[in-house]
Amino acid sequence: MPVDNAIEANALGKRYRRRWALADCTLTVPAGQVVGLVGPNGAGKTTLLELAVGLLRPTTGTITVRQRAGFVAQGAPVYAELSVADHLRMGQGLSARWDASLAWRRVHEAGLDPRQRAGRLSGGQRAQLALTLAVARRPELLVLDEPAANLDPLARRDFLDSVTRAVAASGEGMTTVFSSHLVADLERTCGYLILLAGGQVRLAGRVDALLAADDHARSLDDLVVTYLREVPR
Amino acid sequence: MTWFAWRQARAQTLIALAAVLVLTIAAFADGRTGTMLRMWLSVLVVVVPGLLGAFWGAPLVAGELESGSFRLAWTQDVSRVRWLTLRLAVSGLAGMAVVGLLSWVVTWWASPLDRAGLDQFGSFDSRDIVPAGYAAFAFALGVLCGVFLRRTVPAMAATLVGFTAARVAFRLLARPVLLPPVTAALALNPSATGYGSSGFLPLAPPPSLQPAAPDLPNAWVTSIGIVNGKGDGLTGSVLAGNCPDIGRGGGGGVVNPFANGSSHVPAPPGLAGTMHDCVARIAATYHEVVTYQPASRYWPLQWAELGVFLAAAVALAAACAWRVRRIG
Repeated sequence: MPVDNAIEANALGKRYRRRWALADCTLTVPAGQVVGLVGPNGAGKTTLLELAVGLLRPTTGTITVRQRAGFVAQGAPVYAELSVADHLRMGQGLSARWDASLAWRRVHEAGLDPRQRAGRLSGGQRAQLALTLAVARRPELLVLDEPAANLDPLARRDFLDSVTRAVAASGEGMTTVFSSHLVADLERTCGYLILLAGGQVRLAGRVDALLAADDHARSLDDLVVTYLREVPR
Repeated sequence: MTWFAWRQARAQTLIALAAVLVLTIAAFADGRTGTMLRMWLSVLVVVVPGLLGAFWGAPLVAGELESGSFRLAWTQDVSRVRWLTLRLAVSGLAGMAVVGLLSWVVTWWASPLDRAGLDQFGSFDSRDIVPAGYAAFAFALGVLCGVFLRRTVPAMAATLVGFTAARVAFRLLARPVLLPPVTAALALNPSATGYGSSGFLPLAPPPSLQPAAPDLPNAWVTSIGIVNGKGDGLTGSVLAGNCPDIGRGGGGGVVNPFANGSSHVPAPPGLAGTMHDCVARIAATYHEVVTYQPASRYWPLQWAELGVFLAAAVALAAACAWRVRRIG
């Protein structure tokens, strides 16, 4: 069912013991967009995404997710002792809408050996496996938390390209939310930007509109840096 | 999902079953007469459930929390509680099967020695069906410790401590009264009554009379006391008034099975005669009261204890589910 917004957060806050990771955060993530969630380390990106996929519960406020999500957590966790093929079978068992042929095609394209134990995969291969598990669920909303953070530049480029291909191949306007502390990662892929800093949203909108509205910003990077300078430390 | 739960329990289950098989072959190859081997096998049956709780139970959730794989498992279309239920059921049943098989093998191997020993309650914890109940309990306790402590190694330690405490407390406090014990009154037999005190000064208890255990083969005597017609116990002052010589120069008579007989010092013949007379005086108004579980209670008690530990395991599993829902 088409919806306007994939995610709606209202006065959302999350506290870990004494520290507020996210405070009074109100935002919408429009459906069908590739959304970049940027912000410095510790800005609350992971907290926001884990609230969205239900791994965390809000301390204050609400978050509503209107689409079925596929999630790749930070560091792309997998089961080290299980093989690649075991992971696909697990995905099939745990998912209500599993596309086995898509999963196998992606495994072959990424050059993964199905019998390889996941603990012996390289960082890039592990990220590809985690992305495969998320995409083969046929999600309406794909949530990726710093998926490229620990990858070398080549694996990073390969991974981002495969995200772009997966989004294009989904053909149903899959919403994608993608966090990074590197604006360069997002520039090539994202049409919509949310800037998070100090636990709050500083800027949100379509990338082209944001750039057009600001006379001084020559690039997305300039724009983000300008706004981050205004954040009280 | 069931496949996935089994996939994660598979390797450890097969290794454990192989170990039981090797142990079976080794034990039977050794013959069925070794009392040392019988003791070690009994110890193994007692210890394995605790190890299972620590090594299978504790890491079940804590390991996922530590490695981060819970972020993969808990963001699929299966709810956390269903995920946990299936993993608990599959790994828990596998653990019960391993321990149940081990107990069955040991019970079978030791049956000639056990029959000859006429002390079925002495090996109650390491025979027949109760070990499977301990396994379920230890496993669920391990998972619960892991869920609350969120780290594997502290959870393993907590599991071993908690399981040991629960087993010892149950053995001392609950099992003797799990089924109402049978009470028997016997006349105090002066020739079969021990007297004196056992233990080291200054920790030695005051001198007392130690009536002989009644001849109840295969029964479990839970207490032996001396009371008068009104049901009052024999006090130290009554004893001292009737037997002023007690506590002088060693004990006598038959050694009480509950006392440590190793330091038993026999009384000189003159004193033994005096004591015989004073015990006979006490026996005029006092008698021996024995509470025990008859031999026929063995299987009812096995079932009752299995039931209690299984129920406790289910309660612990429910607590795990309650907590897992609230993580985050």
